[in-house]
Amino acid sequence: MKIVVADNVFVFVSTAFVLLMSVPALAIFYAGLTKVKSMLNTIVMVVVAFGVVSLLWLMYGYSLTFSEGNGFIGDLSYLFLHGISPSDPAPAAPNLYHYLFLFFQMTFAAIAVALMAGAFVERMKFVSWIVVCIVWATLVYFPVAHWVWGGGWLSHLGTLDFAGGLTIHETSGLGALVGALLLGRRKDAMMLPSSLPLTAIGTGLLWFGWFGFNGGSALAMSPQAVSAAFVTTIAAIVGGVVWMGLEWIKFKKPTSLGLFTGIIAGLATITPASGFVDIGGGVLIGIAGALVCFWAVVWLKNRFKYDDSLDVFGVHGVGGMVGALMLALLAKPDIAGAKGLFYGGGFGQLWSELIGVVAVGVYTVVVSYAIFKVVDLWLGLRVSKEEEQEGLDETIHGEKAYVKEY
Amino acid sequence: MKKIEAVIKPFKLDDVKEALNEIGIAGMTVSEVKGYGRQQGHSELYRGAEYVVDFLPKVKVEIVVPVQKVDEVIEAITQAARTGKIGDGKIFVMDVEKVVRIRTGEEDEEAL
Repeated sequence: MKIVVADNVFVFVSTAFVLLMSVPALAIFYAGLTKVKSMLNTIVMVVVAFGVVSLLWLMYGYSLTFSEGNGFIGDLSYLFLHGISPSDPAPAAPNLYHYLFLFFQMTFAAIAVALMAGAFVERMKFVSWIVVCIVWATLVYFPVAHWVWGGGWLSHLGTLDFAGGLTIHETSGLGALVGALLLGRRKDAMMLPSSLPLTAIGTGLLWFGWFGFNGGSALAMSPQAVSAAFVTTIAAIVGGVVWMGLEWIKFKKPTSLGLFTGIIAGLATITPASGFVDIGGGVLIGIAGALVCFWAVVWLKNRFKYDDSLDVFGVHGVGGMVGALMLALLAKPDIAGAKGLFYGGGFGQLWSELIGVVAVGVYTVVVSYAIFKVVDLWLGLRVSKEEEQEGLDETIHGEKAYVKEY
Repeated sequence: MKKIEAVIKPFKLDDVKEALNEIGIAGMTVSEVKGYGRQQGHSELYRGAEYVVDFLPKVKVEIVVPVQKVDEVIEAITQAARTGKIGDGKIFVMDVEKVVRIRTGEEDEEAL
């Protein structure tokens, strides 16, 4: 296969879209939900995670993820991008430049880690967060992405994950849950949004970026790319509307935050399935994402009292898992060949997805637990009570989000 | 001279200001304050989690007037700020010992 210019243009633009999802979309989405006194810290956590993981990606992350290696992890043949020249075609996608493929994938690795920050806001030591980013990307994201996308054991098993329901949303969601449990609850474990309009802008920019995230994951300017972006938007709309309706019924008020949260739940849930299902599938996945994530955020979190502060597990973790399973039901053969249970594909795909969800889940929980435990013993995960009370913007960064002149 | 402090509902500020202008009160100081009385607080809902807010936003209007004007001012504020619902606020009246206009040095009622 030859380099295709149109595909390169498309994926190049998609790379910029996915970058926008972290900086600033995710950063301000989270910051708007954080208490005023710590909102800058939340922004910095996201941006720093993006930077740190991008550098690891160039050093050894890309190599561990996308070089041949074995079923569990890649090798070091691309260490420091060794032997890759800008005009080479990418082994995983020969229509694209190798540089572009690894650049595009860099933004995925980076946002996977940045996503977790939402569970740790208002109380985590900054240096410990940086260490967690480095170790977690190395021991969780790179191996799992290799299993699914880099020719590892799950890809041989036939487990599908179009744009990162397992590799990104499930891993970061479960990592966030484990980390939140080890960090413990905030002194004031309550969501007091500093600025919901900021969260509204973040929601819109994330949605926009998801065109590159899911559409770009087709790795070509193909009908599949268009279909993926289209069903992604439909799932977002449906997710938002359903979530708002659920709130209206249960709490008597349709909240703006409910609408934004439902949109993100729809986006996260459609992610693994976006390149395999049609519009009808997108609608069903949007509904399922809103229902199950709503249950996780409103009931499950309250029942078990973990302080997943901005619902990274409840929205991304749960959504990613639900989407991966639904793709096994709803994959339509004329989109990309994958045949779901409802299209006469039998239980084979469901089995592959189930193994994927369970294996990625168990691995992520066990390794994340070890990482957070060790960092806690070594550096401590939490700031002092006084720092938490005063707010992390002043105590860690020496700044305030809004400065009064007198 | 007496100082009159009225704690009122924020959206009633314009009405109160106009009512005071009509009876010839030329100046006032206002501030955004928070508090609660019988009305108690209210609750907000974020992703289904209830946040109970004890203190409600109010506006405090402060004016200083000659003794003989006090009843008229109280009447004007009461009329303008009343909705008849709980949470309309309160008026406090207290003595003022001395007033000085900084620009001219005028004192007491001359300075009002």
